[in-house]
Amino acid sequence: MTAAWRTLGALCLFLLLPIGVSAEPVRIGSKQFTESVILGELARETAREAGIQAVHQRELGGTSILWTALLHGDIDVYAEYTGTLTHELLKNVSPDADIPTLRARLQPLGIGITDSLGFNNTYAIGMREDRAASLGVHSISDLLAHTDLRFGFSNEFMDREDGWPGLRDRYGLTQTQVRGLDHTLAYRAVASGAVDAIDLYSTDAEIPYYHLRTLDDDRHYFPRYEAVYLYRLPLEQSAPAFVGALRKLAGRIDQSAMQQMNAKVKLQGENENMVVANFLGIRAQRDDSGFWSRLLQRSIEHIKLVALSLGLAVLLAIPLGILAAHLKRLGQLVIGLTGILQTVPSLAMFVFMIPLFGIGTWPAVAALFLYSLLPIVRNTHAGLVGIAPELLESAAAQGLPRSVRLYRVELPLATRSILAGIKTAAVINVGTATLAALIGAGGYGQPILTGIRLDDIGLILEGAVPAAVLALLVQGLFEGIERWLTPRGLRIEARQ
Amino acid sequence: MEHALSDADAVPRSAFALEHASKRYGNVVALDDINLDFATGSTTALIGSSGSGKSSVLRLLLGLEWPDHGCVKADGHVLERSRLLALRRRVGYVIQDGGLFPHLTALGNLALLPRHLGWSAERIRQRAEELAALTHLPGDVLERYPAELSGGQRQRVALMRGLMPDPDALLLDEPLGALDPLVRHELQDQLKLIFDQLGKTVIVVTHDLAEAAWFAKRLVLMRKGKVVQDGRLEDLRKRPADPFVTRFVEAQRHLPEASP
Repeated sequence: MTAAWRTLGALCLFLLLPIGVSAEPVRIGSKQFTESVILGELARETAREAGIQAVHQRELGGTSILWTALLHGDIDVYAEYTGTLTHELLKNVSPDADIPTLRARLQPLGIGITDSLGFNNTYAIGMREDRAASLGVHSISDLLAHTDLRFGFSNEFMDREDGWPGLRDRYGLTQTQVRGLDHTLAYRAVASGAVDAIDLYSTDAEIPYYHLRTLDDDRHYFPRYEAVYLYRLPLEQSAPAFVGALRKLAGRIDQSAMQQMNAKVKLQGENENMVVANFLGIRAQRDDSGFWSRLLQRSIEHIKLVALSLGLAVLLAIPLGILAAHLKRLGQLVIGLTGILQTVPSLAMFVFMIPLFGIGTWPAVAALFLYSLLPIVRNTHAGLVGIAPELLESAAAQGLPRSVRLYRVELPLATRSILAGIKTAAVINVGTATLAALIGAGGYGQPILTGIRLDDIGLILEGAVPAAVLALLVQGLFEGIERWLTPRGLRIEARQ
Repeated sequence: MEHALSDADAVPRSAFALEHASKRYGNVVALDDINLDFATGSTTALIGSSGSGKSSVLRLLLGLEWPDHGCVKADGHVLERSRLLALRRRVGYVIQDGGLFPHLTALGNLALLPRHLGWSAERIRQRAEELAALTHLPGDVLERYPAELSGGQRQRVALMRGLMPDPDALLLDEPLGALDPLVRHELQDQLKLIFDQLGKTVIVVTHDLAEAAWFAKRLVLMRKGKVVQDGRLEDLRKRPADPFVTRFVEAQRHLPEASP
């Protein structure tokens, strides 16, 4: 029995071992939409041309994640828009501040900014051409006459200062049917008529594809969104060639060039890497990793996340459960607290970890770790509390000290319940870990994110199917462990 | 001790004593200012209906519970928490249906304390075989799990577990309560023989007066946390201290003609 428990302990330690040590290439980040990913690839190719080693952490999520990561030094470069800087990221800066002003404001933060890359990707409001024509809507002001229209706005647009609230106030819009949608899904929603108007980025490839009309911003509400690269100033010393090359990209991409690149990736299914290489007029670095090596890579990332977080959770949650079972008051508190952790929405939990751990594997492990606590604590507690009192007394009456009673009697009797808790945590973890890709931890979530962005079911399945298979494997694995660790006497008892 | 046994030649040494001990659980009084003394080497049966407090006496003696008032003495010393483990290892405790640990084999159950005390596997096996012979337990049963044993076998293993460290005393709480009449009868005979043979201090709790009288000369009849009468079976029958004693005695059928 104890041998089995010792093996389990060793297993936990083993799971904690593979803590990677990485070299220090330039780290480029991108947000979770195609243009940002293309600009990320563009920066990576530019670095490669300049002879600098660079990695691209794609699709890290929204603005706040990228900005925080840049400030904390978790990434070195990402593409941003001037409007986002003036309205969201910097306080007390005029909405129409030019780039030299922004440069001066960013410098104290240790952040550098290039000149405009050459295009303005501002927000706009779009409707289906036929629908807009039948209603006679050409400008945003025309929407005032149609109060029953249904709007579907990206979640970011719904909340940001320069998004829906400001737009509503500027134009005096009174529409009440306003829903938050994922930006890539919004196009399909408006095309199918599920909503009447959506927010757009003016370089989106879908605008012509779905026959959308971009409404005229007749009151000049939307600020300019010039594309720029933000980079950490120390890069000017550590990789001057790269910063120089990055600056030379300024003014080279106009609106239609960007729309074309977006369309090639999004609508023609070309690889971002190829599109960027074409644009730069260089040979694409062939992405020769086949399906199986991609799968292997993601499996390793995913299993690493689950194993690390679960191993750490087991190490903390079992002692917490034991404590909770022996001290009633504290027990209620511990179970209450871990219960509250469980109610935090999983995406929020991942984002909360960024200020503490940056981006990448560790914040994801921390979030998954917190999620794993409750099932294990609760089942350990329940398993121990559920032991028949006469058995506890029989052990005490023999004159066995507390520790011996715990290891030889109580824990073995609670084994099934504890293992069931670990199994639950593991299976939940496999699913939740798919969100970790949003904060740069990779895993099966990566193709799912890309698939949603590119509306590519095949890519989504490339992540979803292995995740489901892994969940089943984990379930099977733990059933095996349960059979192996559960004392034979308890199995015989359960049969009768 | 108002009813000290008259057949004791010398003043017997006290193995356990309760002095003015009271214990309540919430509003329920389990023991009400009770005085009892158990002489070393004597056998005593505690009888009474359920809830009379007879089991609480054993639990107090083992330090599984502490009295609200009064004190518990073992070997003439007031029981202290620091000496509890040592005391418990000198006392075998057997409860109804055995209280065997389902995750351990019979031998595993027997070995739990000895292994902690550092006994060799060889010594544990020898002692287990010795006790198997004493309790008439077939040897191959030792490898089985409690769920694979009959009620009588479980009770025998529980008794063996209590006897493993060769304790000075045995406390038994309804040890035969869960058994069918035939097995119960057989085990009553064997237990009686074992008690006589080992000469340990024995306190057995039962609600069955006939069983109590079969095991012990001294019967302590309890009711609502108090001792109603403390004496031999004849005393209870012929000189009842209280109408309840008569009712309790008459409620039992098939009493033996005389106490053994």
